[in-house]
Amino acid sequence: MSVFLDSFLMRAALAGLGVALAAAPLGCFVVWRRMAYFGDATAHASIMGVALALSFSMSIFVGVLAVCLIMATTISTLSGRGYAMDTLLGVIAHSSLAIGLIAVSLIQDVRVDLMSYLFGDILAVNKTDLMVIWGGALLVLVLIWWRWSGLLLSTLNPDLARASGIDPKREQLILTLALSVVVAVAIKVVGVLLIAAMLIIPAASARPFANTPERMVLIAACLGGLAALGGLQASYHFDTPTGPSIVCLAAIFFTASGMTHWIKTRLHA
Amino acid sequence: MSLVDLQGLSVRFGGRTVLSHVNLTLNAGEIVTVVGPNGSGKSTLLRSIIGAVRPNGGKVSKQAGLRIGYVPQKLHIDPTLPLTVRRFLSLPNRVSDADAEAALAQAGAGNLMGSQMSALSGGQFQRALLARALLMRPQLLILDEATQGLDQPGSAAFYRQIEDVRKTIGCAVLMVSHELHVVMAASDRVICLNGHICCEGAPEHVASAPEYRALFGTGTQGALALYRHEHNHHHDHTHETSA
Repeated sequence: MSVFLDSFLMRAALAGLGVALAAAPLGCFVVWRRMAYFGDATAHASIMGVALALSFSMSIFVGVLAVCLIMATTISTLSGRGYAMDTLLGVIAHSSLAIGLIAVSLIQDVRVDLMSYLFGDILAVNKTDLMVIWGGALLVLVLIWWRWSGLLLSTLNPDLARASGIDPKREQLILTLALSVVVAVAIKVVGVLLIAAMLIIPAASARPFANTPERMVLIAACLGGLAALGGLQASYHFDTPTGPSIVCLAAIFFTASGMTHWIKTRLHA
Repeated sequence: MSLVDLQGLSVRFGGRTVLSHVNLTLNAGEIVTVVGPNGSGKSTLLRSIIGAVRPNGGKVSKQAGLRIGYVPQKLHIDPTLPLTVRRFLSLPNRVSDADAEAALAQAGAGNLMGSQMSALSGGQFQRALLARALLMRPQLLILDEATQGLDQPGSAAFYRQIEDVRKTIGCAVLMVSHELHVVMAASDRVICLNGHICCEGAPEHVASAPEYRALFGTGTQGALALYRHEHNHHHDHTHETSA
């Protein structure tokens, strides 16, 4: 096992798979609830978490998780108080990204490779990172599996959930929590700028082939995993940056899925 | 013991008073209809009963463990969410195929199990919502303008289905509607709401009450009588089910 994990490619593959697995169910909710921008905003704000972690020499994971949680709860509480959600997200996400970038530049005694946080550095994943990634992924999967029905019903209609004794606010909080965890573990793999892509693209590609929510999650997980493994291999082959290669492959899947669906509906029409 | 008891219920949204001092008691097995103009607080009243709106004053007491079947006014299902009728019926609690089948039949929507929710017609969609509400084994069925978007025969058929359901499972029904004559005829009690309860009582009583006429005019009374008359016949009973 340890020999197996000694290969950096193997560690990278496992890291990519872990993120793809956790991103699948969450990505579906992001798509269904139209929270794409929310995911993006949380990810952008996480640069501030990186700065925080570096200046207090904490683990990046903890710093990012903390900032994501604060960010997500702030948005949840501020929304519906006079500003439109996307305006609010735009303001908070980009100002916290800017503050984060300045804070990182002020840290003098550490040389920070900002690029590796913006675009990820999956090839540098070590065994501890791997443990954090899989721990986080399992946590998210268990959380979503446990609350699945409530989450689904709240997504469908909050009042319908209320009438069945489910509190849609609590379910929203659980999703927000899960989103923060995924952002925190994915930062090393695809980086701040591309996390939202890992959430949304596989889920969107899965949509035409699914007739139930569960199947959509399953297909999204397969496509995400395939994109992670294929992207890794492609980046090794063509010497391209890994995170972007993974996302590019996912985008190719999306295009193929869209075209297949288009042709299928044309043939049936 | 009554199912639901509202005492002095007041609700404000951002400084605007939507409901003030509403007293209402719902008893087992009765059909109660709430009528009122747009913005009179009808939906807010229902939503306070299911717990989606927190009252600013007064009290909402429900019988312990009360099972409510709720059919919302309009349910938009995002096209990105794939959902068969069968899967929808199992939310939030998994139900057996036989139970799902039976509920759909009772709601007048057999053969829809495998259909996508987004592919249903307006009438079929409302019936699927009703079937899901029935699966909650409700003691109280709450319908919020459940026939919006259905044509006249369609909504008449839908309300007849509600009466059938009430007869079979004996639940109380609380509903809101714009279609005064259709709904009022099917009700035991009508509540005329306009921010507060203007008047209430048997359909005939409310229809002739001056408060009701002040809100709706006298035009609907003829239609009410007409519907009452037709109501004894069941010739077009299957009109909407296949639509």
